[in-house]
Amino acid sequence: MRRPSTFNRVSVAAGLAFLYAPIVLLVVYSFNASRLVTVWGGFSTRWYAALLRDQQMLDAIWVTLRVGVISATLATVLGTLAAVALVRGGRFRGRTAFSGMVYAPLVMPEVILGLSLLLLFVSLGLPRGFWTVTLSHATVTLCYATVVVQARLASFDGALEEAAQDLGCSPAGAFLRVTLPNIAPAIAAAWMLAFTLSLDDLVIASFTSGPGATTLPMRLYSQVRLGVNPEINAVSTLLIGLVTLGVLAAYLVQRRRADRA
Amino acid sequence: MKRGRTWLAAIPPYLWLALFFALPFLLVAKLSLSDTALAIPPYAPRLDWSRGVAGVMAFVRGLDLEAYARLPQDRIYVSAYASSLRIAALATAVLLVLGYPIAYGMSRFGPAARQALVMAVILPFWTSFLIRIYAWIAILKPAGLLNSLLAQVGLPPLQLLNSEAGVIIGLVYAYLPFMVLPLYAVLEKQDESLLEAAQDLGATRAGAFWQVTFPLSLRGVAAGALLCFIPMVGEFVIPDLLGGSETLMLGRTVWTEFFANRDWPAASAVAIVLLATLLAPILLFQRQQAKVLR
Amino acid sequence: MSAALNERRGVGAARSTFAPWEDPAARPLVSFQGVSKRFGDHQAVRGLSLDIYEREFFALLGPSGCGKTTLMRMLAGFEAPDEGQILLEGRDIARLPPHARPVHMMFQSYALFPHLSVAQNIAFGLKQQRLPKAEIAARVEEMLALVRLEGLQRRKPHELSGGQRQRVALARAIAPRPRILLLDEPLAALDRRLREETQFELMNLQHELGVTFMIVTHDQEEAMVVADRLAVMREGEVVQVGRPAQVYEAPADRYVAGFLGDVNLFEGRMEAQGAEGLRFASAEVPGGLLAAEGPQLAPGASAWLAVRPEKMGLHQEPPPEGANRMAGEVHDIGYLGDWTTYVVELSSGRRVKVARANASRQVERPVSWGDKVWLSFAPDSAVVLVR
Repeated sequence: MRRPSTFNRVSVAAGLAFLYAPIVLLVVYSFNASRLVTVWGGFSTRWYAALLRDQQMLDAIWVTLRVGVISATLATVLGTLAAVALVRGGRFRGRTAFSGMVYAPLVMPEVILGLSLLLLFVSLGLPRGFWTVTLSHATVTLCYATVVVQARLASFDGALEEAAQDLGCSPAGAFLRVTLPNIAPAIAAAWMLAFTLSLDDLVIASFTSGPGATTLPMRLYSQVRLGVNPEINAVSTLLIGLVTLGVLAAYLVQRRRADRA
Repeated sequence: MKRGRTWLAAIPPYLWLALFFALPFLLVAKLSLSDTALAIPPYAPRLDWSRGVAGVMAFVRGLDLEAYARLPQDRIYVSAYASSLRIAALATAVLLVLGYPIAYGMSRFGPAARQALVMAVILPFWTSFLIRIYAWIAILKPAGLLNSLLAQVGLPPLQLLNSEAGVIIGLVYAYLPFMVLPLYAVLEKQDESLLEAAQDLGATRAGAFWQVTFPLSLRGVAAGALLCFIPMVGEFVIPDLLGGSETLMLGRTVWTEFFANRDWPAASAVAIVLLATLLAPILLFQRQQAKVLR
Repeated sequence: MSAALNERRGVGAARSTFAPWEDPAARPLVSFQGVSKRFGDHQAVRGLSLDIYEREFFALLGPSGCGKTTLMRMLAGFEAPDEGQILLEGRDIARLPPHARPVHMMFQSYALFPHLSVAQNIAFGLKQQRLPKAEIAARVEEMLALVRLEGLQRRKPHELSGGQRQRVALARAIAPRPRILLLDEPLAALDRRLREETQFELMNLQHELGVTFMIVTHDQEEAMVVADRLAVMREGEVVQVGRPAQVYEAPADRYVAGFLGDVNLFEGRMEAQGAEGLRFASAEVPGGLLAAEGPQLAPGASAWLAVRPEKMGLHQEPPPEGANRMAGEVHDIGYLGDWTTYVVELSSGRRVKVARANASRQVERPVSWGDKVWLSFAPDSAVVLVR
């Protein structure tokens, strides 16, 4: 029987405090009237108001969301196909090279991915901008999507699909009617992961983006380089709130599904 | 089981990755063998297809190892290389020392609490990386939160921002979940009766930990260490925001060569060196993952 | 094989005279005194007292959840009792941590350390005692020979068969020479044939080493084969303690009678006690019930006669009228090779189990489904139970 000791409790609590303290500080200081971090100047929403007037920041948010949605969708479709081929495709020709290409970007430094994609776009003569960022994000996040779907697919009992075929489904029909509904949560999770990674990426976007397609992380980065700015705290708080809501919603949906089951 | 034509599903992602991952990679390799030029794009030679075979020959003759030859001569590259490895190794060591008790502590809780704790460790990952690192600027800067806290208890201020220590703090913070989760995965699966057996045979709690729990978790230690070390060597954002101009790391060098110096061949050469350095740990990591999956 | 057989006979002979629990001067090795343990709402062990003697092979028997595992874990030190004392050679060890107790356990899962070789596993407990290297090596050799695993010392647990793992676990637990060895369902993971072989091996080993063994099991056959004495547990209490034959032939109540082997229970009302025994009136048995002996009962008191299936007679012709006689129809037949069991349905709808040894290969008139048959039992085959 497992029982956490005092030492166990303290280490876990300290670890979580370390992980969350900076985030909490960020949120708290987004409501600070003072520009200085160390001084509490009273509660204020002035940085949120400033944010709403910052057209460049709003543009960046809009670009980021569009890049995120399109690239995550592309990545999820391609990643699901790749996962199906890897789990169910048997030993097809070129499988080793294929799985190598799928897993390599997971561990490759972002600067290398960014640089290489940029060079591709330059040699193809593609003007850098919205689409080059989107394609780049789709490429990198497709690997993460594959891993997520693959894990679920591998643990999914292949006999169910065989049972469906035994009962008269075509192989494609069996996949669509039996396997797909069962791996749907993993596909949704893969999309969320791809979307978050796209939302979060600075390095690859900086390499592959061009004028008129500044993403939010690029915008934040150029601001952060200039020093601490409460307006960034406000953007950060909004982002954190958005993520918290998303996670909470996912949790509630999952619990309702579990209750029904 | 009949496989049928399921492998056809590989075709779209295969082509996609060939075009957007493999091909660009070859381009980096090629560019690292080119020379800097003032024209745009800033490198030479360019492959001129209109001149046919002669064009290809001229292109191949134009390639050389000059960009690589420059690297060991320039003190900046050498020290960036050394400090990348040193900082990443130090941060990995700190992560192990901090992450192990956290992962071990998590594994001792009941199933419901364990699940909640795993969620709690993953959650910060969903908030922007850039923002989490930015938060540390406010904490570490000379007139920041940490120093005002230190002043209140009568301790001298620390100069952490724009130093190697600052970079290590940032790396440890950002990569802690990547260390904790693989460790937790092996510790959580460990059979509780093994620990009881060790105690039953006369080992104290500490003895049972060092003789049974720890050796059995080495696989998780290796996974966590590699999972953190590999990306940390090429990390850009953290050294850039927390390290100041003094702290050189390879990821940052690629960025600077590319954006500031517009020396594309040098950036490519550094990228290739970075990749070559990481090749061994990457292969080690993949072999280990394959072992776990089997 | 014949050597093993002789050995077994020797063991049997030694066993019959071994009975320290009958000696009022004998001091128990382990003594549970009023021990209770509660987990949340569940009272796992309630006010239990039990003595175990040196060199005894003791079995704790009961269904899952009866508290037998909790009792063993308290003796090993993994659980602390809420109340009561656990004495080892007169010393209260209830608060001692597991590593400070001269009590070792063989785990149900074996809990072999997967990163250590067979030899390192066996040496684990010896290393904790900081014995000199040479002595550890010698003791490991000795243990390997004892459990017949010579030559496998370098193997890792995952390279062994189930039976070999079981023997490593045993060797590891006895290597540090515990005062008492606890065995938690030690044979549960083995297949039937191996289990039977291992039961005898365990007995021989225990006899050879002279170590006290306490085994926890839910398998009544296993407990009866290996144990000098067994304790039947129910809901945190010991219902009966005794030699296997004693508990089987004279169960304390209906629960024990039903848990240890099969039993038919006939309910009756006390009529009279005479020279022939105790006579009962019964709704199911028209001629009444007769038991050769039993407790003093007031007339009209209700009681149960417990009769084992193998002590029931099955007749194809009606036996003479009298007590302990009933008629029915064969409902089910289970052929087991050495035995055949018949389920006979009485006119009341009540089903009775009868077991017959298949003493000859051919039977003139085999009993078959639906046949009308008569059942009987001798008055001295019945045990009178009041609970």
